[in-house]
Amino acid sequence: MANYALRRVFQSIPILFILSILLFAMVRAAPGGPLSTAYRNPNVTKEQIELLKKQLGLDQPLPVQYVRWLGDMLQGDMGDSIKFRRPVSEMIAERIPNTLVLVGVSFLVTLIIALPVGIISARKPYSFFDYAATTLTFIGQSVPVFWLGLALILVFYVAIQNPATGAPLFPAGGMRTIGGERSLADLAWHLVLPVTALSVGWIAWYSRFLRSSLLDVLHEDYIRTARAKGASDRIVYYKHALRNAILPLVTLIALDLPSLFAGALFIETIFAWPGMGRLFWDAARGRDYPVLLAVVMIDAVIIISCNILADIFYGILDPRVKYD
Amino acid sequence: MTNRSMGSQIVRRFFKHRLAVVAVVMLALMVLLALGASFSPYTPTQQEPTNPFQHPTGTHWFGTDELGRDIFTRILYGSRVSLIVGLISTLLTIFLGVAVGAISGYYGGWMDNVLMRITDTFLTFPTIFVLIILSSLLRELPYPWLKNSVVVVIVIIAALSWMWPARLVRSLFITLREREFVTATRALGGSSVGIIIRHILPNCLGPILVSGTLQMANAIITESGLSYLGFGVQPPTPTWGAILSTAQVHVFRAPWMAIYPGVMIFITVMTINYIGDGLRDAFDPYVVHTEK
Repeated sequence: MANYALRRVFQSIPILFILSILLFAMVRAAPGGPLSTAYRNPNVTKEQIELLKKQLGLDQPLPVQYVRWLGDMLQGDMGDSIKFRRPVSEMIAERIPNTLVLVGVSFLVTLIIALPVGIISARKPYSFFDYAATTLTFIGQSVPVFWLGLALILVFYVAIQNPATGAPLFPAGGMRTIGGERSLADLAWHLVLPVTALSVGWIAWYSRFLRSSLLDVLHEDYIRTARAKGASDRIVYYKHALRNAILPLVTLIALDLPSLFAGALFIETIFAWPGMGRLFWDAARGRDYPVLLAVVMIDAVIIISCNILADIFYGILDPRVKYD
Repeated sequence: MTNRSMGSQIVRRFFKHRLAVVAVVMLALMVLLALGASFSPYTPTQQEPTNPFQHPTGTHWFGTDELGRDIFTRILYGSRVSLIVGLISTLLTIFLGVAVGAISGYYGGWMDNVLMRITDTFLTFPTIFVLIILSSLLRELPYPWLKNSVVVVIVIIAALSWMWPARLVRSLFITLREREFVTATRALGGSSVGIIIRHILPNCLGPILVSGTLQMANAIITESGLSYLGFGVQPPTPTWGAILSTAQVHVFRAPWMAIYPGVMIFITVMTINYIGDGLRDAFDPYVVHTEK
């Protein structure tokens, strides 16, 4: 098992390597490259641009630049932001916890709602509850996350006010009240709308998946055996069926985690949430390439780690799976 | 039961899925609206500077935006962009995916190995982030055809989506290539290309169509998402995503602006999803139809 995990990690190194070359080439192929803003600025003289090029190492041939950049990256030095003249690693370290809070809470909310809905739907298929859940699922899967965010702002910030104070029901942006106390309640209040927007699609997808996965399992012979031996409904569903039905779900969740970060990009942009997604968006608009490269590389590492985790989880949960 | 061809059986099964039929009608209506956009008395970029943020009325059905442009007209033209990006990027995606998957699955060996490693690498791309970088980079390159942001969006979406149909088609080919009809054709001297295109590919039609609908729904969401973030189709071309992002700025003055484009994206994606659902049932003879 440990061997298998190690091998998978080593196998992912060449993929990351190719990815880094592609990204580096892509970003540096842009006309003007990291200095395009300096070129456009009429106040920057030719001499200053030459100096900047030397300072940033841009006068070296591309392969040399790449090796330097890779070496720095491996040591945790992601370069300096062109726009803010600060180390990228520092900027990202500030933002990562905020994104993790958003994604983590959304993930928990998703599971807390999706699991019971999926189980109830599967226990009473084609019941009123099941039809209602199915319809909502289709709706939830078709609503784009960015519009849902905007619609929530429209309803809970613009349209509905707190009757006692006349203030908006929920804040439309930010992570904390400016000038307010740094309390958990304040954070939770700011989390309500972004988390809702981010979770709806995932709740729809997972409850649907668990429902069909449970229905599949319920046709298995061992379920009939369990019933024949007189096991109660509870035992059959929760001990025999759910354990097996949840297996593919765990793998799916591990594979999907990275997409949660992609959704967070939209949500952070809409709700001005100071996380990695918002950082990336700002950097993309300002063509701040060191920041862009760093965020994409971190996300690629997250994706690969999640893929490996999915495989390992599968082996832990299902003893029939053998690693060679 | 009378003897029916496979095609007519599939069509019959599709028509049994009522929601899918409703979805086809809806989609046809959307296409008609998109085609009929030119009949609007306004153009999508025609400004009425004295008349911004007008509420929905008889003359401006969905109101006007910050420059006094008619939102209804802009949404109709926006549906052209969404449908074209959705359709063409899906065709490109499927074409690429089928080519890679068919070669990989049929020939196997080192070719399969190389193609699948490339596929795996592409699958580790954080899609939306790479799309944003690509979109802003490509527009800066000195080629005139890259100045058209619709083309750029179509190409980059296809470039980051072909892996899914490729994997699907590969797995289908791996099972189908061992079947007797393929061995028989080969024994009769059929060429590999002929076998792939004329004999194996038609058997993959169902799953490919279903994955095509999924892809189209995804492409439409991706396009509007990118345009919403400012990295998709560029102004002044009206797109649903772009209308949404201006709507967010003016959410207090013109809250209605935020509603219509979102509803359009939602309806389009949902109809395509339902059509996909219908196709899946239609191509799967084992599905038992319950009355809905």
